[in-house]
Amino acid sequence: MMRRFTLIAVPYLWLLLLFLVPFVIVLKISLSDTALSIPPYTPVLDWAEGIRAFFSQLDFENFVWLTQDDLYWKAYLSSFSIALVSTLLTLLIGYPIAYGMARAPEEWRPTLMMLIILPFWTSFLIRVYAWMGILSNEGFLNQFLLWLGLIDTPLTILNTNTAVYIGIVYTYLPFMILPIYAALDRLDGSLIEAAEDLGCSRLLAFWLVVIPLSRNGIVAGCFLVFIPALGEFVIPSLLGGSGTLMIGKVLWEEFFSNRDWPVASAVAVVLLLILVVPIVLFQRNQQKQAEAEQ
Amino acid sequence: MIRFQNVTKRFGEFTAIHDLSLDIFEKEFFALLGPSGCGKTTMMRMLGGFETPTEGRIELAGQDIGPVPPNKRAVNMMFQSYALFPHLSIWDNIAFGLRRDKLPKDQIAARVEEMLKLTRLEKFARRKPHQISGGQRQRVALARSLAKAPKLLLLDEPLGALDKKLRQDTQFELMDIQETTGTTFVIVTHDQEEAMTVASRVAVMDEGRLMQVATPARIYETPDSVYVADFIGDVNIIQGTAKPIGDDRFHVSWNEGQPPLTATSAKPFSDGQTCHLAIRPEKVTITTDKPDTADNAVQGKVHDIAYLGNLSTYHVALPCGTMIKAQTANTRRLSRRQITWEDPVWLSWTATAGVLLAE
Repeated sequence: MMRRFTLIAVPYLWLLLLFLVPFVIVLKISLSDTALSIPPYTPVLDWAEGIRAFFSQLDFENFVWLTQDDLYWKAYLSSFSIALVSTLLTLLIGYPIAYGMARAPEEWRPTLMMLIILPFWTSFLIRVYAWMGILSNEGFLNQFLLWLGLIDTPLTILNTNTAVYIGIVYTYLPFMILPIYAALDRLDGSLIEAAEDLGCSRLLAFWLVVIPLSRNGIVAGCFLVFIPALGEFVIPSLLGGSGTLMIGKVLWEEFFSNRDWPVASAVAVVLLLILVVPIVLFQRNQQKQAEAEQ
Repeated sequence: MIRFQNVTKRFGEFTAIHDLSLDIFEKEFFALLGPSGCGKTTMMRMLGGFETPTEGRIELAGQDIGPVPPNKRAVNMMFQSYALFPHLSIWDNIAFGLRRDKLPKDQIAARVEEMLKLTRLEKFARRKPHQISGGQRQRVALARSLAKAPKLLLLDEPLGALDKKLRQDTQFELMDIQETTGTTFVIVTHDQEEAMTVASRVAVMDEGRLMQVATPARIYETPDSVYVADFIGDVNIIQGTAKPIGDDRFHVSWNEGQPPLTATSAKPFSDGQTCHLAIRPEKVTITTDKPDTADNAVQGKVHDIAYLGNLSTYHVALPCGTMIKAQTANTRRLSRRQITWEDPVWLSWTATAGVLLAE
């Protein structure tokens, strides 16, 4: 009994210390005012004045501010649409790759799997910088296209939303491929044959059998891409242009350029609340999958 | 109805089927029997359309079905793993094939209900495959493959996953269903007992070749090769040289100093030709005293007794070292058994009991 308790207590303690406590601190800052001090906000909880004073002093003006300046909701919306579009793109690219891997001869699969995981061995930041080198006006891509004679003038890709999509799709592709591959790998090949035997064409068998049976993998992959993409900061700030509006970038600017910690914290809190919805949905999907397998 | 004409199937260097010709008739329950890797599954997959013959042609009702894809064949298959769609209910699994034919809804419903009734699955229609037992899954797979009323139903080791008792019940059920529906059934199995029970004709295969095609009784009683005799049931094989003595009777000299054995054979053997005498253990009589009238009698010592309940198999060692099996029905209680280990006994059989085989 004691041992089981300890076993459960460890991860919960971990979550409490590293997730809940920082979140409470951020929440606390979001409810305070900016001040010319270090740290740059007024303390909220003054023990000398007691709990009653603490509650009476709470003010939600930072949250109200988020609704007043249209920068914020536009940033949220634009993040949402960028995350959604890149999730769909990742799915469209990732699914065929996962399918190909699952249908590949048994002895190739570890190698293919290795190739998917290999990019993780290099720093994420370096890989994004590498994309800058590829996509810039003098970059490899433009030079290659010019050399081929397909274009006369270099394409402007870097510092546009297109570059952000490329960056996100590239970075999160493994997170899409792996769960779909796992689902397809377990798929019994005789199911497809059975569908064909019962009168399906190849395509129809794929649509009626393969897609529904890899649904859990698709859902898991989409969430694994969508959730981090929504709050993505590095990719839009390095590959995106001034027109790329993403909440991660806004958050960073509030913190470090504007030095308005309370508003930045409020942005972070709202972002977290927005993310809770897909995370809960994701958890439910995982749970349902686990139940179905029993 | 089904005709394999000089069919050869190669997978790269490996030849799975060697120049094989075979006819399967309408409304027949036909079994392809053989050890794993003998090519029986390849034969079935070629009928289903999942493999195409490298050479030769396969005809179904006079039509060459080589280029016809599986979804266009009036052939359905029951897979070894059952291959039930796990995301669909039992009802939807059975309706799957009917929906592909774009039948009207009420017609589909009527047919599915009919199939559920045939396989006694009415109560489980709304469940998912993982919520029912192995035996029920097997019946769903059967119902699904029969739903489209195929001309030919292929069954790939259909009862392999069931335990023995359930398997026996299901075998009789399969036979009943085959009779009621009048569909041609082709079953693939490595279980000779299963093949003998359900099939009207059995093809014994080995290494991509047909060894013998006949009724179960003929396969058992008159195998035409040592391989078939050995593969089907238990058998004693005695090697020797034949010597015709007239009236289809032959003497088989099998061991120095022992009198030759007498056997009959419709097939001729020349003098001195190597032959194999195959005798089923249940056709060998075991006695403590020398029988007077038997065509063949040899003496030996009981080496081992396998007690199977209804039967006992005696392993008798002859002085030359050859081991002969004799089987008797245990019509008496075990305590009254006369013969026990190390007892000297006589084994005897008639001239017609065994089959004389060239190879």
